[in-house]
Amino acid sequence: MTSRPQTKTSQQQQDDLDEAQAGWLRELHAGYRRRARRRTIAVHAVQLALLALFLAWWEAAGRWGWIDVLLFSYPSRIADQLWSTLLDGTLPPHIGVTVTETIVGFLLGTIGGALLAALLWWFPFVSRVADPYLVVLNSMPKVALGPIFIVSLGPGFLSIVATTLSITVIITTLVIYNRFREVDPHYIKVLQLFGATRGQVFRLTVLPDSYPVIISTLKVNVGLAWIGVIVGEFLVAKAGLGYLIIYGFQVFNFTLVLSSLIVIAVVAALMYQAVALVERRLMAGWKER
Amino acid sequence: MKPMLELHNVSHVYVNDKGASLAVEGLELTVGRGEFVSLVGPSGCGKTTVLSLLAGLFPPARGEILLAGQPVRGPSTKVGYMLQQDYLFPWRTILDNARMGLEVRGAITSERTAEVRRLLEEMELGGTEERYPHELSGGMRQRVALVRTLATEPEVLLLDEPFSALDMQIKLQLEDLVQRTLRRLGKTAVLVTHDLAEAAAMSDRVIVLGSRPGHIRQIFDIPREIQKRLPTGSRRHPGFQDVFDAIWEELVASEEGADAHDKPTPD
Repeated sequence: MTSRPQTKTSQQQQDDLDEAQAGWLRELHAGYRRRARRRTIAVHAVQLALLALFLAWWEAAGRWGWIDVLLFSYPSRIADQLWSTLLDGTLPPHIGVTVTETIVGFLLGTIGGALLAALLWWFPFVSRVADPYLVVLNSMPKVALGPIFIVSLGPGFLSIVATTLSITVIITTLVIYNRFREVDPHYIKVLQLFGATRGQVFRLTVLPDSYPVIISTLKVNVGLAWIGVIVGEFLVAKAGLGYLIIYGFQVFNFTLVLSSLIVIAVVAALMYQAVALVERRLMAGWKER
Repeated sequence: MKPMLELHNVSHVYVNDKGASLAVEGLELTVGRGEFVSLVGPSGCGKTTVLSLLAGLFPPARGEILLAGQPVRGPSTKVGYMLQQDYLFPWRTILDNARMGLEVRGAITSERTAEVRRLLEEMELGGTEERYPHELSGGMRQRVALVRTLATEPEVLLLDEPFSALDMQIKLQLEDLVQRTLRRLGKTAVLVTHDLAEAAAMSDRVIVLGSRPGHIRQIFDIPREIQKRLPTGSRRHPGFQDVFDAIWEELVASEEGADAHDKPTPD
């Protein structure tokens, strides 16, 4: 090896070429990554700027009397309100009540809807019988049932959860059941040819094939559960964020109304993120076809 | 020795809101153990109906179907079925797809799994066990489907146009592979296809069906020297063209018959 002349062998030349090629590709990739990052930073910066601008304008408008402070309040007063009620312990129980109701309503609605969908799939006869009732129930504004829940379940936790359920369960059932029915019959045929039972067909193809839709109903149901809970609290509650909004409205304390809204926005966003996290976890093993 | 498959005076009727229509009528057929038989015919001649009946997906409206002398009642472990497309489950790995039949039957053991791995290896799918179907090409996926069908060790294979969705070159390779595998394992096969050359190249016998309702028009015995070659070899045999032409003429006649039958009478 060492006795070779100093001129490069063709192998070395080839290596140099490969190295230059690889370097060029790396360069292009790095450039692409830099541009993508700059774009992301710009998006975040504009988002923050918009928020800051809005808050600054609102604060100024409130302090200098451009808007009616009694109605629209302004950010520092809302922050004061939030801070003091958090510190003196009057706000946390309300948050606790509302979040509990939402989570219970969300879980019962989603699980109940999925179970009902499975029932409809399992018994086509039941599905045909139930069809007109489901259509009517689905097209009806469910919150209109509120008074009936209140008189039958009492003004409290149960009525609020029932209101939430009425909103989430029917749509969940319909969406998941329709997905169950869309499963490619050839996959079912593959299993039937192996002698699969109805239970095996459900477990091995219908359920896993519908997984993405089931997961996405989780996200929709977070939003729906919040609607149900807040409306329910408007109607009956003596505690909770919806109650604070109605109470603030009645005593004309709009700082209380707006601060409750902000808490709702924050907690709902957190719950949504939690569900998104669960989604990513559950979908990790799922491969696109 | 008892024939592997027997159809005695089999008729089938599909019933729906529009009425009852006769799909196949008076089928009479026996398939010997280890034999390879193809069904060809115009659309609407009930080819797939015959396969479904043989698979036990539904019972015939009339007549009797025997599998190794026993009446067919529902899907059996003795019968394997390959569909037009692979229909691999996208959320399962290749190995789990190949073991699907075993899982349904609650028969996954380490020996069976080793056997499935060996079959995958044999089909040049070694190393793909932990990958997912979308990572494989069409030909590879159809080979996985073949392994899935063979994994439950059926004695009869029902092939429902399993090569029709593939590119020509892949299709020819797969025909040879399937033929080799079935011969080595001594399996009986019934192939449904619309590709006459495929039918002639793979089969021992080609059965031409007529339509409305489906019935057997003619049965062609493929000459021994073409039979014993692999499909790509059969296609190159000097006698192949004659066989092909004979089946072709019969099929054209059958389609014309169907057309004449269909033609509305002018008044």
